[in-house]
Amino acid sequence: MSRDLDIKVHHLTRVEGHGNIVVNMKDGVLEKAHLSIVEPPRFFEAMMKGRSFHEAAIITSRICGICSLGHQLTSLVATEDALGLEISEQTSLLRKLLIHGATLQSNILHAYFLAAPDFLNVGSVFPLIATHKDVVLRALRMKRLANDIGDIVSGRAVHPITPVPGGFSRIPEKAELLEIKRRLLEEALPDGLETIETMKALAGAIPQFERETEYISLKHPDEYALYEGDIFSSDTGAISVHKYLDVTNEFVVNHSTSKHAKYNRNSYFVGALARWNNNHAQLGEEAHAAAEAMGLKPNCYNPYMNTIAQVVEAVHCILDSVRIIDRLMEMGLKNEKPNQTPTRYGRGIGSNEVPRGILFHDYTYDNKGNIIKANCIIPTGQNLANIDDDMMKLVPEIINKTKEEITLNLEMLVRAYDPCISCSVHMLEVDFIE
Amino acid sequence: MKPQVAFFDFTSCEGCQLNKLNFENDLLDILKHVDIVEFREAMDDKADHYDIAFIEGSITSPSCVERIHDIRRRSDILVALGSCAVNGGVNAMKNLHPIDEVRETVYGDDKYLFATLPAMAVSSVVKVDYEVRGCPMTQQDFLKLLIALVLGKQPPKYGSPVCVECKLKENECLYNRGMVCLGPITRGGCDAVCPSFGQFCTGCRGILDNPNIDGMLEVMTSHGISLDEAKKRMLLYNSNEVQL
Repeated sequence: MSRDLDIKVHHLTRVEGHGNIVVNMKDGVLEKAHLSIVEPPRFFEAMMKGRSFHEAAIITSRICGICSLGHQLTSLVATEDALGLEISEQTSLLRKLLIHGATLQSNILHAYFLAAPDFLNVGSVFPLIATHKDVVLRALRMKRLANDIGDIVSGRAVHPITPVPGGFSRIPEKAELLEIKRRLLEEALPDGLETIETMKALAGAIPQFERETEYISLKHPDEYALYEGDIFSSDTGAISVHKYLDVTNEFVVNHSTSKHAKYNRNSYFVGALARWNNNHAQLGEEAHAAAEAMGLKPNCYNPYMNTIAQVVEAVHCILDSVRIIDRLMEMGLKNEKPNQTPTRYGRGIGSNEVPRGILFHDYTYDNKGNIIKANCIIPTGQNLANIDDDMMKLVPEIINKTKEEITLNLEMLVRAYDPCISCSVHMLEVDFIE
Repeated sequence: MKPQVAFFDFTSCEGCQLNKLNFENDLLDILKHVDIVEFREAMDDKADHYDIAFIEGSITSPSCVERIHDIRRRSDILVALGSCAVNGGVNAMKNLHPIDEVRETVYGDDKYLFATLPAMAVSSVVKVDYEVRGCPMTQQDFLKLLIALVLGKQPPKYGSPVCVECKLKENECLYNRGMVCLGPITRGGCDAVCPSFGQFCTGCRGILDNPNIDGMLEVMTSHGISLDEAKKRMLLYNSNEVQL
């Protein structure tokens, strides 16, 4: 069909940060379809210079409130790698528990508050309080518990306090962890199962769209990788975290204050759907049952299904948190002091799976333990090229719809990636022309 | 009619806004007393006039300057939320370096492609009626202010240092545990949350009125860090407030 189409969504709502959707079609030829990132720059790289290893995680946590725990842990792993700080099994388990709490919180927030309103034809979660009060209360309950994990284990869910280089500045009490376990089993698990029912009912409204792409995540031999592992590409397999620059290959585009990334193809996907595609075999039967109920199959190429993969992960996080607490109880909680005596100085790299995908921090320290150079590569930045490629394929497929419907489909597509734009422009090397 | 309130984000991590979405226990009660008419992070709606506008983030670009003027013009009461909005927060660390050098570190050869300003407090650009400090602001602090404004009362002010609240909680002083802490000169109101969790105070709520800066630096350097390091610690959140 020969058609002119001009779509501009200024400051897309229900996403973290500032982005615009721009589509131009002339005489049926799609000239432009992209997510333009207009968030002001933060200059973290410049701010980090000269700062002590005690402060690095405190500062990088402030790249993003929503992802603050992820930035903090990845920052600590990078610092520990650079300074040769060994951590205990207890530290590693407590960090995994924190990642589960943060992933649960973020995935539930996205599924219920940011994505679900699209399926129910409302502009936000607030009208749903009148029409779907039990659903809203359930979402709030799950979020509260997830945030309580953060508050109890890390002192504060937004900008955590206790995770420090080499360990924790405070170890939670046994009774606090047992109370979390009780609530996970008695509250979160039933709520999680109800969530699957709710999302199953909404899943019919998920647009049918597929574009096979490269999926990149961490991969670990023994578990569904969130805290540690090698980088894994669905195209070419495993590669060491220390070679992350060979994977991310960041490049500047003129419509985004955040850089784009590519590896084996023009673009790649990171986040819950990439983790599901790469590591679904390592999820338990409850998570698999959830996936089946909501129609998520292994090797899913529909980006809109990222939200569903997030709900599957929520189930995993609830159950795996219980397993972690059991293991901590079995070992007996020790009042360990953090190991903060460097054994070397130099470069270190950290990588974790945070809710929106694989995150990298890379620091170089001088021999006083102050930062010489810092680099952070953020999941949303890595997804931007993939979002643009999705849009270029999607728009011609839905070109017979009204402009409003096309716009809604594009907004839903961007929201499905759960983008975090503050993160993606943490340090911007830009070429932005309006 | 219920007060019409709105939330806006400028250069920041949006963590303070997120803390409002984290009002799981109180959100429904809050909504009985105010109408949220604009909150981009959570909803589609937009409005023309606000009884109370809450501003998160620093002013760091010409477009931020224009946008904050526009919001101020349409707001009866304007509140700065969190340290980025109140005094520039961590964003203001870049102001410690020559702006050209900062641009060059990040943009390289393209350093003049993007218009950037020193990171400023909202109050450097437009009138701010009230503030909620902290990084992030606490939910309790925000609620106290919101309740006071809805009832037409004056919100609480904090004049004593974090140390006072820390002592009331009977925490062991972190200086006795070998740490260097900014509690003695930092504005309280946080319930000494960081020291209570074993971590030093970073000064996120801003420096007290009439602080003894030299005395603080002397205490810090007598506990094993260099003068240079002590100054850096003090400036982490307060680059716009402290002249060293």
